[in-house]
Amino acid sequence: MSAAKLDARQEILERIHHAAGGAGDRAAEYAAIPREYRREGGMAPEARLELFAARLYEYGASVYRCTAAQIADAVAQALTQRRRTAIVVSHGVPASWLPDGFEFVEDNDLSYAALDQSNGVLTGCEAAVAFTGTIILRHGPGQPRRAVTLVPDYHLCVVRAQQIVETLPEAIRRVEEFRAAPLTTISGPSATSDIEMTRVKGVHGPRTLDVVLVL
Amino acid sequence: MSVKVGQAAEAPSFAKASRGALGNTQLRHNVRNATDVIRARRAHAVAETLDWPQLRDSARAIKDHVLRHLGAYLEQFEAACTAAGGKVHWARDADEANQTVIDIIRSHGASEVIKVKTMTSDETALNPALEAAGISPIETDLADLIIQLGGDKPSHIVVPALHRNKAEIRRLFMEKMQLQDLGERAEDLAAAARRYLRERFLRASVGLSGANFAIAESGSLCVVESEGNGRMCVTLPKVLISLVGIEKIVPTFGDLEVFLQLLARSATGERMNPYNSVWTGVTPGDGPQEFHVVLLDNGRTGVLADPESRATLACIRCGACLNICPVYRQTGGHAYGSIYAGPIGAILTPQLQAMKHSQSLPYASTLCGACYDVCPVKIDIPEILIHLRSKVVKGHGAPLAERLAMKAVARAFSNGGRLESAQKLVRIAQKPFVEDGVIGRLPGMLANWTRFRDLPEVPAESFRQWWAARRRKEIP
Repeated sequence: MSAAKLDARQEILERIHHAAGGAGDRAAEYAAIPREYRREGGMAPEARLELFAARLYEYGASVYRCTAAQIADAVAQALTQRRRTAIVVSHGVPASWLPDGFEFVEDNDLSYAALDQSNGVLTGCEAAVAFTGTIILRHGPGQPRRAVTLVPDYHLCVVRAQQIVETLPEAIRRVEEFRAAPLTTISGPSATSDIEMTRVKGVHGPRTLDVVLVL
Repeated sequence: MSVKVGQAAEAPSFAKASRGALGNTQLRHNVRNATDVIRARRAHAVAETLDWPQLRDSARAIKDHVLRHLGAYLEQFEAACTAAGGKVHWARDADEANQTVIDIIRSHGASEVIKVKTMTSDETALNPALEAAGISPIETDLADLIIQLGGDKPSHIVVPALHRNKAEIRRLFMEKMQLQDLGERAEDLAAAARRYLRERFLRASVGLSGANFAIAESGSLCVVESEGNGRMCVTLPKVLISLVGIEKIVPTFGDLEVFLQLLARSATGERMNPYNSVWTGVTPGDGPQEFHVVLLDNGRTGVLADPESRATLACIRCGACLNICPVYRQTGGHAYGSIYAGPIGAILTPQLQAMKHSQSLPYASTLCGACYDVCPVKIDIPEILIHLRSKVVKGHGAPLAERLAMKAVARAFSNGGRLESAQKLVRIAQKPFVEDGVIGRLPGMLANWTRFRDLPEVPAESFRQWWAARRRKEIP
C-alpha cells in the first residue's frame, strides 16, 4: 500500500471521527436496536410447503413432489419434460438422485464454455423461504460452485421439506454459520424489470428453474 | 479534494432543465406509465407484509447506529475482509477511486471490464475515466446497457432507462447490435441482451461491482439484482473490484434479514428479487481469486457532519421516493442534472458537493411528504429539503429586494391594523391580474411565485371583517 493510500484511510477515518464521534458502547447499543418484526412464522408444515410451491408456480417454475426414495424418478420426470439430456451434477449431489438414461457430467472444474454448452445443472440447496419462494445455495468445498448454478441455462434444484422455513429471518439464522462461504439466494428464474417495469423472465442466469420437492 | 457527482456540478438549474422535459410528451408518457406500474406493485407487496412498520423501524435504527459508529465498523469490515483474502483501498474522492480502479485493471493488462450496475461508479464518472485510460467498460445490466448503447444518461436509481419504452429500445438494439430482425416483446429484447453479452461474460478477466450492503462482522459484500448479470460479474472473472460507499455498512450478516425484506418490495414491488449474492474475500476454487474493495468517501463524511441531514446516508437506493414523487413523475430524472434523481437526489446531490453546486435541487419539490411515507428507512426527506433550503439562503443571503419585501411583510403581519390596510391595498392592486378568481401571472419579482403555480384571488372581505360584521348582526 502506498503512502498516499494510507493517508486516504487516515483522513477518511479522521473526518468520520470529527463528524460522528462514535462515543458510547457500540455492542450494547447494537443489542438494544428494536426488532419487533416477525422473526418466526406460525404456519403448519403442510401449509408452509404449499405456500412455497405456490410461490414457485408464480415464478414460472415447475414443482415435482416426491418422497426421499423417489428423487431419481422426479429428476427423470423433470428432465424429460424439459427435454434435457446432458446435465452437470454439482458437488454435494448424491448418486442416488441420478436416474438412468441421462448423461450426467460431474463438475470437475468444468470450463465456462463447457458449462455454457451443457443442458443444465442439478443441485441441492441449503435452505428455502416459503413466503418469498426463495432458495438459498451455499457454495464452497463440497458444495456447488457459483458458476455451475449460473452459466447453464437450466437449473433443477432438490429442496427437502425440512429445509423450508416460512420467513426470511428464519432462513438467515439457518445459514448464518456459513456466512463466510459465498451464498446465493434464488427467487425464481433470471428476470428483469428494466423494460417498462414489467417482470420479464430469462436474461443472463438460468432461464428455467424447476424444483424437486422432497416431502 | 474533488468531490464529483456525475456531471452535476455543470448541470443547469432544475427549473431550467425541467422545462425541456415538460415539453417532451413521449418522455412524460413513458415515465408516468412505468411509475404507475411500479407503484401499484409496491403497494401490493407492502400491504401483504404485515410487519412493514416494524421492519422500517429496525432498518432505520440499524442505519442510525452504523452512522454513529461508522469509523469502528469500517475498520472492522476492513480487518475481516483482509483476513478473508480481500484487499481494501480507501478513496477520498471520485478521482482517487477511479485511479485506484484503473491501476488494478492495468496491473492485469486487461483492456475491458464487465460491470454490474453501480450508481457509485456513475457518481465517480468511472466510465469516462476508464475510457480515457484505454479500458472499455461493458455495462451488463439491461437498463445500463440501453443507456450505454444509446449514449444516454440514467434517469432513475433502480431502472436507469425508465424513460425509454419498448419500441425505442428495440430500434436502439437493432442498430447497435446490428440485428436484421428483432421481435417486439420485452422477452425478445431481453434475449437479444443475453446473446450480446454472453460471450463477453465468459471471456472477461476483470469484473466491477458496487455493493448494496457491506457486512462489518464478516467483511462480506452483498449485491442485490434480478438478471444474473450481477452474479456473472462477481463470479466469473479472475479479478473482482467492488466500489462501495462508506455508508453501505451493516453490522452483521443477520441484519440482511431486515434490509432484504425492505429493498425488493420498495424497489420493484417483488417479494424478493431473483438473485442476491453474498461473498467474503476470496474462496478457493470458486469465483475470483483476487478481490479488491474500494471504500469511497466523495463527500459522504461532509453529509455525516450535519446532524440535521445525516439521515440522507441511510438511503438504500430503492427508488420508491422517485416513483411516488409528483415532481419526478412530471419531469423524469434528467432534469435533476444528477445521476441521483427524485427526492433522494434532491437532498443527496447538493450535500455531497458541500452545497456548492446543484442548489436548485432542494426546491425541486412540493414538500407533499409522499417520499417520507414510502421510504423503507424512514428518511424525512421534506424536513431535510427545508433544512437545505435554509442552508442555500444562508450561504448566499437572499436578494436585496426579497429582504426588503420580507421586512415589509414582517412589519405588516405584526400589527392587525397594518395588516388590514395592506389587505385593502392588495385588493385594489390585484385587479388587473385576476382571471376567473385566480392570479396566473404576477409582475416583477413576484413573478417567481406564479411561474409554477396559480394564486387564488384575495377575497373581497377578510375573515376579521366578516367576523366583525356577523357579530354586529347577531348582537345588535
